[in-house]
Amino acid sequence: MKMLTRKGLLEMTHWRSSWVAFTTILFKEIKRFTRIWPQTLLPPGIVMALYFVIFGKMIGSRIGEMDGFAYIDYIVPGLIMMSVITNSYSNVASSFFSTKFQRSIEELMVAPVSPHVILLGYTFGGVARGLAVGLIVTLMSMFFTRLQIHHIGLTVCVVFFTSLVFSLGGFINSVFARTFDDISIVPTFVLTPLTYLGGVFYSIHLLSPFWQGLSMINPILHMVNAFRYGILGVSDIPIATALIIMAVFTVALYSLSYWLLVRGTGMRQ
Amino acid sequence: MTAAIRISGLEKTYSNGMRALKGIDLEVREGDFFALLGPNGAGKSTTIGILSSLVNKSAGEVSVFGHSIDTDLLAAKRCIGVVPQEFNFSQFEKTIDILVNQAGYYGIAHREATQRAEKYLKRLGLWEKRDVPSRMLSGGMKRRLMIARALIHEPKLLILDEPTAGVDIEIRRSMWQFLQEINAQGITIVLTTHYLEEAEQLCKHIAIIDQGQIIHNTSMRKLLNELHVETFLLDCISCFETAPEIDGYPCELVDEHTLAVQVDKEQGLNALFAELNRLEIKVQSMRNRSNRLEELFLMLVDENADKKGAA
Repeated sequence: MKMLTRKGLLEMTHWRSSWVAFTTILFKEIKRFTRIWPQTLLPPGIVMALYFVIFGKMIGSRIGEMDGFAYIDYIVPGLIMMSVITNSYSNVASSFFSTKFQRSIEELMVAPVSPHVILLGYTFGGVARGLAVGLIVTLMSMFFTRLQIHHIGLTVCVVFFTSLVFSLGGFINSVFARTFDDISIVPTFVLTPLTYLGGVFYSIHLLSPFWQGLSMINPILHMVNAFRYGILGVSDIPIATALIIMAVFTVALYSLSYWLLVRGTGMRQ
Repeated sequence: MTAAIRISGLEKTYSNGMRALKGIDLEVREGDFFALLGPNGAGKSTTIGILSSLVNKSAGEVSVFGHSIDTDLLAAKRCIGVVPQEFNFSQFEKTIDILVNQAGYYGIAHREATQRAEKYLKRLGLWEKRDVPSRMLSGGMKRRLMIARALIHEPKLLILDEPTAGVDIEIRRSMWQFLQEINAQGITIVLTTHYLEEAEQLCKHIAIIDQGQIIHNTSMRKLLNELHVETFLLDCISCFETAPEIDGYPCELVDEHTLAVQVDKEQGLNALFAELNRLEIKVQSMRNRSNRLEELFLMLVDENADKKGAA
């Protein structure tokens, strides 16, 4: 058997330690949002059920078909994505800010944990909540319609990366936030309008060419449509463009978050 | 022997322009029980913050057990356990979870982390409170929880920033005993405190920092030997209207039954009592006006202020 060099052994120990630290942060985050499930998991389920009842059943039956699908079927992917986006974002924003606020971030800063591990631990915690809420909304939608998945691989890939992008966004927000109000400004004034105008409830083909063109700079439009393609097989935009946009946002936001952590912005004097 | 801490030319200027450290040099030997004392705002917490990666240094070099914090930070961090001045754990987590999670950050697997958490919670008298959210603990318990948390990865160096602030005397004494025990087991301890009696009781070496500079760095024994004059309070049976004149001993009246008498180290107490007998002053009891280290500390800080003023 080949003998392990000292350097190899040190690297193995480092990777093992990093893995333990990552799972510690991740499980702590999962434990946190499941412990307070009436605040984190229940409300999106109730809100989305109301959307299904009002827009899907009551109003939807009068709207008729959209892109060849019943209106309730058309909005299900958008509503799932809406809940994934807001929950991924708010989980990391509130959890990391609370960690800063209580100064328990110092527990991580004094420990030999690399910034990558801290970042991945918190963002995957956000992804876990985003996916958990997405699953709850998906199960809820089954009470109102028969859900069929056109392309499972694409569906999973899009929901995962969308959740990751918005978890990273939430992380950056929490780094700069000084008060609890600062972590609600972006969701209220940026995320909600972009989501509502991101093709959740309509096809952009209903808009004039000017508004169609303007909508194309909204990244959420691309994510919602890519996810809708994964479920229904229809999209307003090319899927390749959506995947490239998600990849670019993931790399850009991850790099910025990592840089902020290394600098200790908002954490270290 | 390796130095537990080696600091040279350490400087820190905050973003508001305040120079908290003006080039300090310090060495703490392995196994030492070291006190870092200074008035408020002297630079103690900044020094500790830099050692524990909570504050970025502006210049200088710091190494912990030979690991530079610039080039080998993770190894340096593994050697250090920190007990900060302020409570800095999640108020919503259970006591045991705080320890197990902290162990996890150091790469200690869950099973071993749980065993260590049990060991330290029992040792610090917190085992009964293991499932209680940390916000429900008393102030003394929170302090002990922070000590347990700092020890969970079994560091070679423990840094305590005013660990006994706000705890009652009984708990303080039990914490002193605990710290002496772990120091005897080989853990190097660096302590900042405002209770100078604490430093005198526990520490072998001492550095005094003032206005961002080390003004004194020596062993506790040598430092205490530097104290030439001590002030004693004499509780007398006799009643005084003015302070009596005791030959060779400056004396002032504290109240009608209490005298404050300065005694030079060369003079000793026998001659004082001979003089008191001659004056027919009956003494019921006597005590130091303040802790010996406290007198020295104030003297050194005042001297430093005078030097700065003159400069």
